[in-house]
Amino acid sequence: MATIELRQVEKKFGQLHAVKPMDLTIHSGEFVVLLGPSGCGKTTTLRMISGLEAVTGGHIYLDGRDVTWLHPSERDIAFVFQFFALYPHMTVLDNIRFPLQAQRVPRAEAEKRVSEIVKMLQIEHLLHLRPGSLSGGDRQRVALARALVRRPAAFLMDEPLGALDADLRESMRAEIKRLHITNNATTVYVTHDQLEAMALGDRIVVMSAAEIQQVGSPSEVYYKPANLFVARFIGSPGMNLINGRYADGIVYLPGDNRYAVPESWRAPLAQSLKDGEVIIGFRPESARITENGALSARVYSSDMHGAFNMIHLALGDETNIVNVRVDRWVTYALDTPVRFDIDPEGVRFFDPRSEKALRRGGAQ
Amino acid sequence: MTATTALQAEKVAQRRQVRRISDKTIQTAFILPTMMLLILWNIFPLFYSLYLSFTEYSVITGTPPRWVGFENYRNILSDPLIWKYFALTGRFALLSVGLQTIIGFVMAMIVRAKFRGSGFITTLILIPMMLSPVVVGKFWAMIYNPTFGPLNYLLGMPPPRGPDWLANPQFALWAVVLVDVWMWSPFVMLLCLSGLKAIPEYLYEAAAIDRASAWFQFWRITLPQVAPLLMIAILFRTIEAFKQFDVVMGLTGGGPGDATELVAVKLYRIAFLGRFDTGIASAFAYIVLIIIVAISNLYIRYLNRLRGEA
Repeated sequence: MATIELRQVEKKFGQLHAVKPMDLTIHSGEFVVLLGPSGCGKTTTLRMISGLEAVTGGHIYLDGRDVTWLHPSERDIAFVFQFFALYPHMTVLDNIRFPLQAQRVPRAEAEKRVSEIVKMLQIEHLLHLRPGSLSGGDRQRVALARALVRRPAAFLMDEPLGALDADLRESMRAEIKRLHITNNATTVYVTHDQLEAMALGDRIVVMSAAEIQQVGSPSEVYYKPANLFVARFIGSPGMNLINGRYADGIVYLPGDNRYAVPESWRAPLAQSLKDGEVIIGFRPESARITENGALSARVYSSDMHGAFNMIHLALGDETNIVNVRVDRWVTYALDTPVRFDIDPEGVRFFDPRSEKALRRGGAQ
Repeated sequence: MTATTALQAEKVAQRRQVRRISDKTIQTAFILPTMMLLILWNIFPLFYSLYLSFTEYSVITGTPPRWVGFENYRNILSDPLIWKYFALTGRFALLSVGLQTIIGFVMAMIVRAKFRGSGFITTLILIPMMLSPVVVGKFWAMIYNPTFGPLNYLLGMPPPRGPDWLANPQFALWAVVLVDVWMWSPFVMLLCLSGLKAIPEYLYEAAAIDRASAWFQFWRITLPQVAPLLMIAILFRTIEAFKQFDVVMGLTGGGPGDATELVAVKLYRIAFLGRFDTGIASAFAYIVLIIIVAISNLYIRYLNRLRGEA
């Protein structure tokens, strides 16, 4: 299995950057998810790694070998397409053994490898059908089989579950995760679905506006977003973000609220903020409604999510809405005044001008 | 909802009353003239010529058709000369359709790549197809002409050295084939091109990822994907080759001797020259028809198999 390295890789269309120069190392056996909204450059990045798209700058290394200008067929990578890209005029069997035949793998060896893969993905009964008569899930299994049968150095997947129904997506996600664990293959996976990214990735690369916003483990990007974009984009709903003003260990928030900043954050805030303007951030599950909470708000609305309820609180006027996750039996009438606390471990601070998260230890 | 539909129904009924004729009548009124013409010009002659094929009859003698049963068929099928013409036509079809398929396909592969002026070049290539076959025949006869035709000049054999292509029994069929290929390769190209353009790009991307060479991609993706349209082109051209008449008449008139006497030319000769053997000509026409239908059926069966697979 291979290590993939991107060094200052960029893609320009005319003057427009589809991908701004980026550095990224994907370690051998790692499952890395490129996550971002549509048009953020994640698919372009994946296609540049595959060689389907030429770079306009930088270098790509596969196991230390410079493959920047090699044809896709010379890179030893497999690509799973969003819309499967199966050969419509061939049977499932011919589709799966196509890469082996293209490489002139001896027949006996090819048969053996095909039957292994087919058994692993449980598609033996489909071998003599054509892709046109398969369901979406089965097509994706065939596409995965075609990618796996080659035993490539790395797998690239471009929203492989994007064309499937929601419930099928869940089960295929589990299948892909299991395939990755059993094969331990270096995988780069593109998606715009943050739940998918969280569920699958060893590391998540959050992209937006043609550049990397943050690289980190799922819990890092969730609990320690590097900037406002990541804070908003990850989680549904995203992080609660409220503008305030910091002075002497207190953040003054709308609705005459005063938030006492935890001790460990005071020094970084005092150092980093020039005029005291700050954005305070916390996840809905990091807030707790209690009778003697430090912050006061009133219930704006609430909705049920099955396993829990989400209460929307207005802090001051209705332009500052805070989402708080509560147990599923907790309900409030509209406009009930409530008080809540923020878990000191779950609170984050952002500089409104740079939009970056403040770090404990001084540096941004 | 119900009220509006009721209202609409009433309106329709009112209109009908004004018109006093049903939709069915109108349908019939529109279709009838076409049906009449079709019966008059197509269906009736088809069956009348079938009847005539079993008679001894000539349109110019004025004597009524005399029933002779299968004698016309027996005579034609036992005539070695007729078989020779069929063989000649088969050879012509094989050569011209074969060359058209290869040349048309190659041209389509070239024009498929988008380059500066490819649209204009495609249009230029299509021009021969738009000309009248007789005009094409007459012009090529001039090009082939050994005394003033440009072909021999271009081949570096100015008169009197160059051969007379159309008067030489060895070359005449090839000369006709060449003109047919010149005229109809664009047709094959056009169909192939539409087939090629319909192949989704992602199949080639997938093949590149699967490490298929260009040659492997051509055999396993391009050709199978274009095959149905290529088969349609071949079917059309084969039928046309068996009916080939006007280009031959423009070029050689079937000569020299009977070197380019294709069945359609022979048929014309039986029916409209000499004794005007209408009965024999009808029988002959039916034999040609049956052969064309049989060949077409083979193609269509193959085509359906291709389609079923796709």
